[in-house]
Amino acid sequence: MNGKERLMMGNEACAEGAILAGVRFFAGYPITPASEIAEILSVRLPQAGGCFIQMEDELGSITAATGASLGGVKAMTASSGPGLSLKQEGIGCAAIMEVPIVIINVQRGGPGIGNIQPSQGDVMQARWGSHGGPQLIALAPSSVKECFDLTVKAVNLAERFRVPVILLSDASVGHMREKILVPDSVETVHRKRPSVPPEDFLTYDTDAPDGVPPMADFGTEYRSHYTSFMHYKNGFPAWTDLEVTDTLIRRLSNKILWHQDEIVFLERYALEDAELVVVAYGSTARPARAAVAMARKEGTRAGLLKLLTVWPFPNEEVRKLSEKAKAMVVPEMNLGQLVGEVERSARGKCGVVGLNRVDGGLITPEQIFTRLQEVI
Amino acid sequence: MSKSKSQSELLAKHYRQKTLPTSWCSGCGIGTVIGAIVRGIEGTGLPSERFVFVTGIGCYGGAGTYLKFSDIHALHGRCPSYGTGLKLANPELYPILLMGDGDAASIGGNHLIHAARRNIDLTAIILNNHTYGMTGGQYSPTTPQGTPAATAPYGMVEGPFDLCRLVQAAGASFVARTTVYHVNQMVSFFTRAILHRGFAVVEVESQCPTYFGKLNKMGTPVDMLKWQRDHTVPVEKARGMKPQELEGRIITGIFVEENRNEYVTDYYRLIERVKGKKSEIRNPKS
Repeated sequence: MNGKERLMMGNEACAEGAILAGVRFFAGYPITPASEIAEILSVRLPQAGGCFIQMEDELGSITAATGASLGGVKAMTASSGPGLSLKQEGIGCAAIMEVPIVIINVQRGGPGIGNIQPSQGDVMQARWGSHGGPQLIALAPSSVKECFDLTVKAVNLAERFRVPVILLSDASVGHMREKILVPDSVETVHRKRPSVPPEDFLTYDTDAPDGVPPMADFGTEYRSHYTSFMHYKNGFPAWTDLEVTDTLIRRLSNKILWHQDEIVFLERYALEDAELVVVAYGSTARPARAAVAMARKEGTRAGLLKLLTVWPFPNEEVRKLSEKAKAMVVPEMNLGQLVGEVERSARGKCGVVGLNRVDGGLITPEQIFTRLQEVI
Repeated sequence: MSKSKSQSELLAKHYRQKTLPTSWCSGCGIGTVIGAIVRGIEGTGLPSERFVFVTGIGCYGGAGTYLKFSDIHALHGRCPSYGTGLKLANPELYPILLMGDGDAASIGGNHLIHAARRNIDLTAIILNNHTYGMTGGQYSPTTPQGTPAATAPYGMVEGPFDLCRLVQAAGASFVARTTVYHVNQMVSFFTRAILHRGFAVVEVESQCPTYFGKLNKMGTPVDMLKWQRDHTVPVEKARGMKPQELEGRIITGIFVEENRNEYVTDYYRLIERVKGKKSEIRNPKS
């Protein structure tokens, strides 16, 4: 792969990844620890011929980015937990209107203003934060390189499935500096265009077998009727049409669930004979890997399932592992969010325990190692 | 400008006729305003595909669904920010923002004043019927003090916004007010607002006979239109009148029409200046 090695922070890697993936619009609102993404893109986007705007608030940011995406440009916004709470209205609206959009959430401590320490407190908010519970995609980076790679993937997945994609970074990985190879180019995906003539085009024509309708450009002979109401294929509100509503809501979910092979990214370490399985994501996956190595040295058959994709949750993979494992350990910088999903997937086949830290400090390899020793 | 089209020609060209009749109450002002917008657009001579209706939530927000123009019917109060993204992404487009008084001045008030401050080239057509019609006649930020509403059974305690003064103070470079009664004036204001380069706001005094009119014993829709006719004062005349003489009056006309720096134009100039350059600054702080 051709490219250039550079030392950069996670937030910068998100910004550079976005530009390489073709993002040409960013709207944001200042918030620690995410502001560097906006600052860097305010320099870089116009250089790339794109637009940056600092909006009046978080809702303005998500909705301006949605408007830009509807205008035919790959668009992104970024924030932290308090801002994600505010953006939820716009995220759900983008989900039902089926607008490709990327939201970077550099997590900090909450609830409320909380603090600006690292946290994984928004995992459930990313899945269930918006009313109606739309099925979104959420990815979680554990390194600067993954900030870069997963931002590119987030942009591509948003375009591929016409869905909001949330990148769950955190204050630690966002501000950490590491050397990464920035490639000269990356593989990019663009939203599908209509293959029918303008007179036959319907905004939400879902005859495509993958459940993802094509998008037409404004300013052409194609007319689009985007709506956040329950709707017919032509975009007209379906207030009380039960069948149309049922079909729509199921399709919005299924277009993601049917394509998990394209969406779910996992990494497996020493899982072949693992009795103890650590399931970790984001910043916590790094100490988890170190802890697994420490346990192996002690002769404990430990392994790590690292989730790069958090939503949709890889139920099937966790179920399979639970059938061979004695126990699963889920370290999280919250009081236990994804551990519930692991329990649900394990269905009582093995023990599932959490390891939780909410003081704003990072979970250490020793803490996970100790937990592994406790559950043997 | 080409010869003006007949009503049936306009219906065939711009309305999704299968979606008619509309869901609005009889005597509502919205249909008249939409008809005037369609004529106002015809008056610009611009091709229909260049327009995108960005509509709010409420009775008025449903207007886009009856038209053939492309539209975004997204969220309550957020039209100005959706429009901002849309216009920046594709400056060739003419976003037309349809917002009611609750949409524009209450839940979306922040977006409205900041769009005005940026003087971004969007056309906002605010329909002011002084109430939340769709939810059943609750008071809005433009409900006159003392008048009853579903949530002001003893009369409105708060004072109202003057929307034209608000957006003027915030920086809009075209600001006008008209009424549903004054259809020809309305059409001409819409055309001028669309062609104006900058944030253009036209406030239309409209009637809601079902809630505001009924609660305030204003009579039939025709009586409400006559009320508009009889309470209107042109801005030129109002300038020579005392505040107490203007009490309860609707001042109509064009308040501001100025050529000022427009946001999208200025931002694209910035792009031209820095495009292709690899600035050494990656993070202004480092």
